[in-house]
Amino acid sequence: MVTRFLEKNVAIVGVGQSEVGRPSSRSAMQLTVDAALEAIADAGLDPKDVDGVCSWPGDNSNGGSFSPVGPLAVLSMLGLNCNWFSGGYEAAGPLAGVMNGAMAIASGMANNVLVFRTITESSNRLTGSKDQSLAAKSGPRDGNFMWQWCTPFNVLSVANITAMYAHSHMQKYGTTPEQLAQIALNARRNALLNPKAVMRKPMTMDDYFASKMISTPLRMFDCDVHCDASTAIVLSRKDIARDLRHPPIRIEAIGAAMNQPYLWDQVDLTGNAMPDAGNAMWARTDLKPADIDTAQLYDGFSILTMMWLEGLGLCPKGQSGAFVEGGHRIALDGELPLNTNGGQLSGGRTHGLGYVHEACTQLWGRGAERQIRDAHVAVCAAGGGPLAGSLLLVKD
Amino acid sequence: MRKLPLLNAETRPFWTGGEVGELRMHRCDDCARYFHPPAPVCRHCTSLKVTPTPVSGRGRVLTFTINHQAWTPELAEPYVVAIVELEEQEGLRFLSNVVNCPPEEIEIGMPVRVVFEQVEDVWIPLFEKAAA
Repeated sequence: MVTRFLEKNVAIVGVGQSEVGRPSSRSAMQLTVDAALEAIADAGLDPKDVDGVCSWPGDNSNGGSFSPVGPLAVLSMLGLNCNWFSGGYEAAGPLAGVMNGAMAIASGMANNVLVFRTITESSNRLTGSKDQSLAAKSGPRDGNFMWQWCTPFNVLSVANITAMYAHSHMQKYGTTPEQLAQIALNARRNALLNPKAVMRKPMTMDDYFASKMISTPLRMFDCDVHCDASTAIVLSRKDIARDLRHPPIRIEAIGAAMNQPYLWDQVDLTGNAMPDAGNAMWARTDLKPADIDTAQLYDGFSILTMMWLEGLGLCPKGQSGAFVEGGHRIALDGELPLNTNGGQLSGGRTHGLGYVHEACTQLWGRGAERQIRDAHVAVCAAGGGPLAGSLLLVKD
Repeated sequence: MRKLPLLNAETRPFWTGGEVGELRMHRCDDCARYFHPPAPVCRHCTSLKVTPTPVSGRGRVLTFTINHQAWTPELAEPYVVAIVELEEQEGLRFLSNVVNCPPEEIEIGMPVRVVFEQVEDVWIPLFEKAAA
């Protein structure tokens, strides 16, 4: 049968991840090679089988610790012969590498694509160099399309803007700090069962409220934790995937729509771009939100996870607070296990691909102590503000 | 200490209107709607006839946050970041600071008016509490 939605012809066939250090003593390139070779071997492939490589954001945008290794470096270091390669920041958020790789395969540009994401923000912090994830990137005057409207007002991190989204959500829908805390508490509970998680000390509600206020109403435990890590996945064309080691995890649908300006103060303050991506994703599949067995949703800041629950239709608009109340529904044994490896809040800010890695880990039944039951359909989503992208993954 | 914006043909009216006490927002001559950030084209109707236009400088706080994190050593004191919607048009808004007011007195919906802070050749539009 011919489908109009060609991502369905692509599957994830292997995953890999370096150590997740806070910090790691390994170089960014070493971490990347660790993850890439593990993913290729996991798929049952050889590096010579890989004919495409891509990453979001690549090494040409923020540079430095936010993305120290790009596709050109990996292509060169691993000796890959590529028919297609791509990197770059301007796309639908941190899952864009997977989206681009899937589109390359679906269009016949490549057969097996290595997608990776490397980040070394932890060691960067420790060396005392200027935090390159902050806005102050270049020159004495700011001409960046987005940041020039932020830095003159001493907004040097999107933490402030995300905090304003949280405040709006609380004002408009009655969302409480206790409900917000459930995202952080759930992440920490799950991290305790993940040997690679960065934060492995139990967290109570009191601990949450005792954590430092960063930007009201967001506390330190609402913000993800820096780490040094690389995550990789291998995508293959469906007919190739069928003959490899693991049951293929199909890309059932991609959500990459953007119907708002890319400006953090102009997007919908309580919805962001998430409904744009979510609605586009659901328009490409017969599956429904009720079919999802586990959700791996961006938690760079806790409020963004709440907004993704709504943007993907996993709960009604404005109701994410009630949805996560008490934490039972989103727990490993709940009706929608969420961020099962501890997310970025406690697992470590692997920034995007970590969600895909964990979704595959669950779908392939490799979750060990944190394994959920009967997982066939997973949704991954990443981004906040005007950055949003989502993936629906199915293991038949 | 604030990082200053790069001024160009589109952005200069916004950043320098304060020299004569004016907050200037781009407005479309064809559809009469305002838009922000300033651009050579109207976001609503794609008209190229756009004009930086003085507005009242009055608005209300759509949302805000009190920043406690010293992102740089100079930013040790808490400060207020807000998104202000101007009274001229629903959705006409931008990120700024609320100043001259204890942070704990600020509320969502609070009426504000523009004040300017001059740094070199830039007049940064900030907001202070206004009478209801």
